[in-house]
Amino acid sequence: MPNDHDHDHTEPPSDIVLKVKALESLLIEKGLVNAEALEEIIETYEHKVGPRNGAHLVAKAWHDSDFKEKLLENPTAAAAALGYVGRQGEHLQVVENTPSQHNLVVCTLCSCYPWTVLGLPPAWYKSAPYRSRAVSEPRSVLREFGTELENEVVIRVWDSTSEMRYLVLPLRPTGTDGWTEAQLQQLVSRNSMIGIELAKSPAEINQTNQGIE
Amino acid sequence: MQSLPAQPKDESGPIFNAPWEAQAFALVLALHKAGQFSWSEWTKYLSEEIKLAQQAGDLDFGKTYYQHWLRALEKISLAKGLTTNTDLMDKTDQWRQAYLTTPHGHPIDLN
Repeated sequence: MPNDHDHDHTEPPSDIVLKVKALESLLIEKGLVNAEALEEIIETYEHKVGPRNGAHLVAKAWHDSDFKEKLLENPTAAAAALGYVGRQGEHLQVVENTPSQHNLVVCTLCSCYPWTVLGLPPAWYKSAPYRSRAVSEPRSVLREFGTELENEVVIRVWDSTSEMRYLVLPLRPTGTDGWTEAQLQQLVSRNSMIGIELAKSPAEINQTNQGIE
Repeated sequence: MQSLPAQPKDESGPIFNAPWEAQAFALVLALHKAGQFSWSEWTKYLSEEIKLAQQAGDLDFGKTYYQHWLRALEKISLAKGLTTNTDLMDKTDQWRQAYLTTPHGHPIDLN
């Protein structure tokens, strides 16, 4: 497992990030806002930010084998070609799920997340239990998210750093031959790109659509 | 949510460029919901910040939006007595120190 977490301290983020953290902790200490309410607001908006960028990359890779090759070879450039550029110069690596290997992304430090393509990290991703258990017992953690893998499937855990962020390229679901890129995109959830779930099946999409109608 | 001047958004909601932007965004919504200020008071502070930035030559509206947002949040918090400049500076320093004294890979907090 790649591990660049061997510094004896953590580089402080920019002044503006520190300022927000300071304001937030002061307001929480005074009881003017509470942490759960803030989490909830962010949770609401995080689904409206980035995951669709990542889903675009994944669906395009499923649909177009040339793009897939580029995405795996030089993800940062392939993402940039679609306008998804990291603002801190961090690199993106795309790890491909295969029938014999499943990939799961974690960071022992909460802030390392490919937010250019996935938006804001969900609360559970930042939680201490996930950060430690994804490494020590990934199969149980996956099961808690309803993801059952065959025993033969090897699980590889990727530990993000401030310089390197990972995006999982999930397996293309069966029964999607001839689907357009836009149709495929509906199958790609944020969680499938972290590796905690699989991409949705066509049946799941049909259920959702019927629910809306 | 009530609309705001020139907030970066697409068909399904506001767009953030970084997690801190969402945190600053959430703080304002939470304080407003808690009744600390009205939405029109907030938009007045925010518009004022945006105007000041424009006067200072800021053309890059979308990317700097939450910088204005944060400055407006700071100002309204000070004006409403929710915090003080000294507390804010002290706390910012504490966070910086927490980063400097925490080994990479460990959660960073102030305790």
